[in-house]
Amino acid sequence: MKKTLLTLMAAAAMSATALAAEIKPALVYGTGGKFDKSFNEAAFGGAEQFKKETGVEYRDFEPTSDTQGEQAIRNFASRGFNPVVAVSFAWTSAMEKVAAEFPDTKFVIVDSVVDLPNVRSVVYKEEEGSYLVGLLAGMASQTGKVGFVGGMDIPLIRKFGCGYVQGVKAAKADATVFQNMVGTTGAAWNDPVRAGELTKNQIDQGADVVYAAAGASGLGVLQTAADNGKLGIGVDSNQNHLHPGKVLTSMVKRVDLAVYNAFKDTQEDKFSAGVLSLGVKEDGVTYAVDENNKALITPEMSEAVEKAKADIIAGTVKVHDYMSDNSCPN
Amino acid sequence: MEFFDIFVSILGSAVRLSIPLLFTALAGLFSERAGVFDIGLEGKMLAAAFASACAAYVTGSAWLGLLAGIGVSIVFSLVHGFASITNRGNQIVSGVALNFVAMGLTVVLGQAWFGQGGRTPQVPGEGRFAPIILPGADAMRDVPVIGPLYANVISGNNILTYIGFLMVPVAWWVLFRTRFGLRLRAVGENPGAVDTAGISVSWMRYRAVIVAGFLCGFSGTYLAIAQSAAFINNMSAGKGYIALAALIFAKWKPVPVMFACLLFGFLDAVANFMQGKSVPGIGEVPVQIFQALPYILTCVLLAGFIGVAHAPKAGGVPYVKER
Repeated sequence: MKKTLLTLMAAAAMSATALAAEIKPALVYGTGGKFDKSFNEAAFGGAEQFKKETGVEYRDFEPTSDTQGEQAIRNFASRGFNPVVAVSFAWTSAMEKVAAEFPDTKFVIVDSVVDLPNVRSVVYKEEEGSYLVGLLAGMASQTGKVGFVGGMDIPLIRKFGCGYVQGVKAAKADATVFQNMVGTTGAAWNDPVRAGELTKNQIDQGADVVYAAAGASGLGVLQTAADNGKLGIGVDSNQNHLHPGKVLTSMVKRVDLAVYNAFKDTQEDKFSAGVLSLGVKEDGVTYAVDENNKALITPEMSEAVEKAKADIIAGTVKVHDYMSDNSCPN
Repeated sequence: MEFFDIFVSILGSAVRLSIPLLFTALAGLFSERAGVFDIGLEGKMLAAAFASACAAYVTGSAWLGLLAGIGVSIVFSLVHGFASITNRGNQIVSGVALNFVAMGLTVVLGQAWFGQGGRTPQVPGEGRFAPIILPGADAMRDVPVIGPLYANVISGNNILTYIGFLMVPVAWWVLFRTRFGLRLRAVGENPGAVDTAGISVSWMRYRAVIVAGFLCGFSGTYLAIAQSAAFINNMSAGKGYIALAALIFAKWKPVPVMFACLLFGFLDAVANFMQGKSVPGIGEVPVQIFQALPYILTCVLLAGFIGVAHAPKAGGVPYVKER
């Protein structure tokens, strides 16, 4: 997963040819849709910010099925778009194929690793961000029972769950964490009814804080938690505003930065290929506090989570990464 | 007591999950009993969900949402009727086409109107059907066995749930105790005989698909503004097909339809609950087993292992007056 700075710089040197200024950036979303108030919307936010700052127009595409990704990426690349950014692990194999066909185009993939000289892979240490919100959940829970509802059952989502469990246990060692996945296919990102029903199950079993890492399905989790007077935790984007006072916090993943930097670096001719792994230290993942949830975070919680953040940065707390060995210590 | 609490929780979940199936399967019952196969239940449900979420969001009234859902669903039914009754097209093809139209149209219109990727905005409180606490639910809660069942399974559902269960005896009465019902069943078994008696087969079938549209309107509305609080792309997620399976499993009879839907809802609830839990002696059971059970049961039934399911004889055959 981790590459040294050397490879980054070597790759950067390779791509330092074309002149800056005129670029035609393109963005391919995941199947959850552009406005999922979560992962894809964060990517959209980054692209919009770039457009606002530089006035450079970009093109985007929302694939509605798993088969459209490759088509979309190839289409953008063949029409001279550069860089082409694809956000979702689902486009990994598509990216491997297309990036090899267009060696002069710069590609960025988020949430997955593609080992090619013209591809920048941006991955996040979701376990660290999930650890922080897990810590908050553990402290906020009255019953000592909290829940986790994931979208599609894949290692990436298990990574969220695993970090969360570690955070909860750090706050309350004897806490129970219920874990559920919405499904095993792409449809799991868009099934708020099932997600809500899973949440209700967990609440019936005593959970009073439920963390959703399920794309648009997560809206069902937050809705059900709010309807039942419990707390939800949002993911990817800041979702605190969806149900003010009923969302404890959100695990924010700065997908917007990945997109923004990809566009910006290409424009300034600083594009580098290789793997970027963003954690708490790099500000790639964090927890969200705003006016909607300020009252829910007590000073003790705030202090504990800031300490945990500092510990992770200092390296004294190591959060286990599920994807490193496909297992969770707890 | 612990075990019983879990059981009550699963039952409550089963009721909530089976209501959309129940409305949809009853819709299919009317349509198919009249000899019009309706694979487009899924699409009607989806279109109704979209319409009700839009109307409820704009007007802030759940009842206007329901009205919009029913209206749109009936329009879809009429299109199905026009293609397959008036123009004697293939009923399956027409139904599948409607499914695709609904899937695409809802997203396109949603995107054009609200700009949220085909979703509608969250519907606020009054725009949704809230749970109704039946009288005495809190007082009953402490009574052993019956108390929790009454408080958590029977009480605390929204009005559409009660309407759904009420529809079952109503459907039975209409189909088996009225002249309309007799004629409806007759056009599904032997339209020639009905025609000889001087009754219009087309008009009879049209009325059946309108009833189907009416009922699908309820199921779509339930999905969008009772169970959740917004329309989300393709939110029916195959429930129309499961309802069809329930209809076949229940051998095209109203009361068995209810039990089939409850069974399928129960299996779904168990699947949700069993996720990641290990059963003593067996270990962790893959939830897909429970999710696949409705289909497996239907296949077993169709293969003739649990009695024989007789479809209405004239089902799927457009009626031609004279050759």
